[in-house]
Parts: sequence; C-alpha cells; structure tokens
Amino acid sequence: MMLIRYLSQIGKYFLMWKEIFKKPTKWSVMKGLIFKEVDDLIIDSLGIVAFISFFVGGVVSIQTALNLTNSFIPKYLIGYATRQSVILEFAPTFMSIIMAGKMGSFITSSIGSMRVTEQIDALEVMGVNSLNYLVFPKIIALLLYPFLIGIGMFLGIAGGYIATVYGGFGADVDFIEGIQRDFLPFHVVYSFTKTFIFGMLLATIPSFHGYYMKGGALEVGKASTVSFVWTSVTIIVLNYVITQLLLTK
Amino acid sequence: MIEIKNIEKSFNGVKILKGISSVFEAGKTNLIIGQSGSGKTVLLKSLLGIHTPEVGTISFDGRIYSDLNADEKREIRTEIGMLFQGSALFDSMTVSENVAFPLRMFTNDSKLKIQKRVDFVLERVNLVGAHKKLPSEISGGMQKRVAIARAIVNNPKYLFCDEPNSGLDPNTAILIDNLIKEITVEYNITTVVNTHDMNSVMEIGDNILFLKNGVKAWQGNKEEIFRTNNEAIVEFVYSSELFKKVREAHLKE
Repeated sequence: MMLIRYLSQIGKYFLMWKEIFKKPTKWSVMKGLIFKEVDDLIIDSLGIVAFISFFVGGVVSIQTALNLTNSFIPKYLIGYATRQSVILEFAPTFMSIIMAGKMGSFITSSIGSMRVTEQIDALEVMGVNSLNYLVFPKIIALLLYPFLIGIGMFLGIAGGYIATVYGGFGADVDFIEGIQRDFLPFHVVYSFTKTFIFGMLLATIPSFHGYYMKGGALEVGKASTVSFVWTSVTIIVLNYVITQLLLTK
Repeated sequence: MIEIKNIEKSFNGVKILKGISSVFEAGKTNLIIGQSGSGKTVLLKSLLGIHTPEVGTISFDGRIYSDLNADEKREIRTEIGMLFQGSALFDSMTVSENVAFPLRMFTNDSKLKIQKRVDFVLERVNLVGAHKKLPSEISGGMQKRVAIARAIVNNPKYLFCDEPNSGLDPNTAILIDNLIKEITVEYNITTVVNTHDMNSVMEIGDNILFLKNGVKAWQGNKEEIFRTNNEAIVEFVYSSELFKKVREAHLKE
C-alpha cells in the first residue's frame, strides 16, 4: 500500500513537470518573476554558500594536513585532497543538501502558504496556469545554480589555501602544486552535470510539496520538512547513480 | 446568465449535490444559502470549474462548459471575477499590483492605461491612497474591497463571491454587500454569492437558492423569503429570535 502511494506520488511529480510547460505565462510578466526568483534563490544564497564553502575548504585541508604524519607523503597532497573533495563532492552534493534546507524550505513554505490562503485557487480561477506561473521561473533561476556552486568551489579551495599556508600546515608552492597536479577537466564537467541536475531537483521537489499540500499553517511546516527529506534523499541517490554512470569505466 | 441543469457531484462515493437546477440571471445578485455541509461551496466550485460535476450541465450564456475545449474554457475563466472568503490577495504584491494583475496577464494595455484603470476601480470601491500598501498593512474590510476591485478590473461577465462578509463587522459587511449589489447592476454582471449571512439575504437577495443536504429546497427572492411557509427555509433563516421578530413585523405590514 505504501509502495503504491510512493509510486503514485512519483507519477504525480512527473505529471507536474508536464503541466509546468503548458500554457506559458506572458513573457512580460514572466521576465519579472524570473528576476525575482534569481534574487530570492541565487543572490540571497551567495552569502551562506561563500561562508560555508570557505570554512569547510579550510577544515578539509587542515584535517588532511594533520593526517599526513609520514614524511614520505608529499605535502602537495593537502592541495590535491582539498581540490578533489571540494570539486567532486562537497560543492555540488553537500552544498545542494544544505540548499535543500535553505532554498527548499523557502520554496515549499511560500507556495504552501499561497495554497492555504487560496492564492493558487485565485490564479486558477483567473485562467492562469499556476504551475507555470509559480514553478517555471524557479527552474529558469536555478539554471544559474552551477554558477553559485562554481563560486563555492573557488572559495572552498581558497579557504583550504589560507588555512594551509597561514595556519602553518604547508607551503603555498606545495598547495598550488597540489591543486594543479593530475587535474582532469572531466571532473569539472562531472561536477557541473550533477549540479545542473540537483538544481532542477531543488526547484521542483519543494515546489511539488508546497503546491499539492493540504491543510493549514501547521501542514505548511510539515510539508517543508517532508520536502527537505525527499530532496536530500533524491540528491543522494542520484549522486550515486550519476557517479556510477560518469566516473566508472 | 448562468444556467445549471441537474448537477450531481460526489466525493468518495458520497453524493454532495443531488440534481440541482437553477438559473442565475445577469444584473441580479444570486445568493446560494444553506447550512454548513449543504453543498453550497461544492456548487460554487463546480460553477468555477474547480470541480467537475459527474452529471448535469453548466452553461455560461448558452456555452455549455463541459462541451468546450481547453482554450474556450480558459476564455470563460478570463470572463470570471472571484471574491474569495479570505480575499486571496497576492501577499508579495501591493494593492495596486494586485488589482493590475488580471490586466497585466490578459491584456496588452500600456502601463499608463493599466494604471488609469486600477485608479478607477480602486476609486469605485472607495479605496484611494492605499495603492502602495501591502495586503498585510490594510484591514480585512479594505482587503475585501481590494479583492472586489481585482475581480471587476477586467470587466467580468460573471462575479462569484464566497462568503464575502465573513470576519467583517456589521457596518463593513453592509458596505461590501452594497458594493457587490451596485457593481452587479452597474455593469450588468451575473453575480453568484455564497453566504451564511442573513443580513446579506435580506439586503441584496434578488434570487436566493436554498440548499439542504445537496438538494434545492427552495428558491425565491428577498420579499418571498418573508412570506414563505417552506419549513426548511423558515427553520434555517428564522432560527434567531431577531429574525423571527423581523419576519413577524414584515408579515404584519
């Protein structure tokens, strides 16, 4: 019974995708909505992404340095490990889980509140495709999500550099050598492919939970929690699938 | 004019509307009244196209809704103005932006023309000087007036109101009732009001449809409601001492 419920929800989610692209909102209106979503979802997240990336990058490099007790292991490994951790996993995947909490809760609660206060019904009665009006601008705004994660990657490595060099864990030449050594551009492609997919999940799963919620204010809170859980689970599972597909031979 | 014929609607096997037929004329305020659970909200939502009746037809000036294609249905929806119970104003938009919304969505009018129309309807609902305020910064009565302004800004042919007086003080409730009545006559709109408020029934009920357990139990106007001996309507409308006295006084006259 539970399986049927989950499958039915998954089916409903994909049907929502179809509805989003039906009967588009007038471009003059949509343009404003997209800019607003870019501001709410991308620009407003810059601070937290920069802050977390910088400090986590620093911690990764310190922990790597502290584990390099054998003097035969080269010091450039600190930079190498920081680069690999930040580019491959931390920035795209774990930042997306953090964003599922920040952006996801915002999306679910704002759409959920509109549902509770009949604002979505008002849109529908006026003949507006409410899914296109509410969700499409979020999808377009989150096409910029890879830029946000790109900034996170840069600041994560910068945080690692500062922690290593100014914390006395290694020389700057070693760190720079580490971040350049055996660099595979495909890893960046892999990382941004993941980021793009996670961006689409971040736009649509919280929207789904907000749009189809039932009840009052309490249920808006519950929907936000459920949306965070499902967005995170989906990101983790897809992260595994994408890694298996793109990185294994 | 909206005509409904033999409307039936069920949820989870329970029949909520049981073969309701009626005509809602243009230029008149048509009220749907009845106890909670009598099916009036389901009927209103069926008229709005939110629910689809299993049996029966709804026609808007001869256009049978269920026979229309998606574009024609959308066309009818642009001819509808709706006043929701909680006003349903977009809380991220100012009063002016809320009222301008249908025009921005469905017309190619210039910004200046839209602003002139917004100013006109806000003046019509006696709301001057609130343009820049957010819905959260104005009173419930003002929110209702903004919602009426938004509902009529696009010159709708049909106006639906769900409990327009709920949560309002008696004075404001009368103002809203009178505004609905005036607008209905002025623009020859087919107005359908779903209400519990007996003051509204007595004030603006040109055509009153009384539902009981999903069935049309009575239909008439505000004059006839005083004289009817229909047990169901007498029991519902004159349940309070005040209205009993009003009825007695009216009958003596």
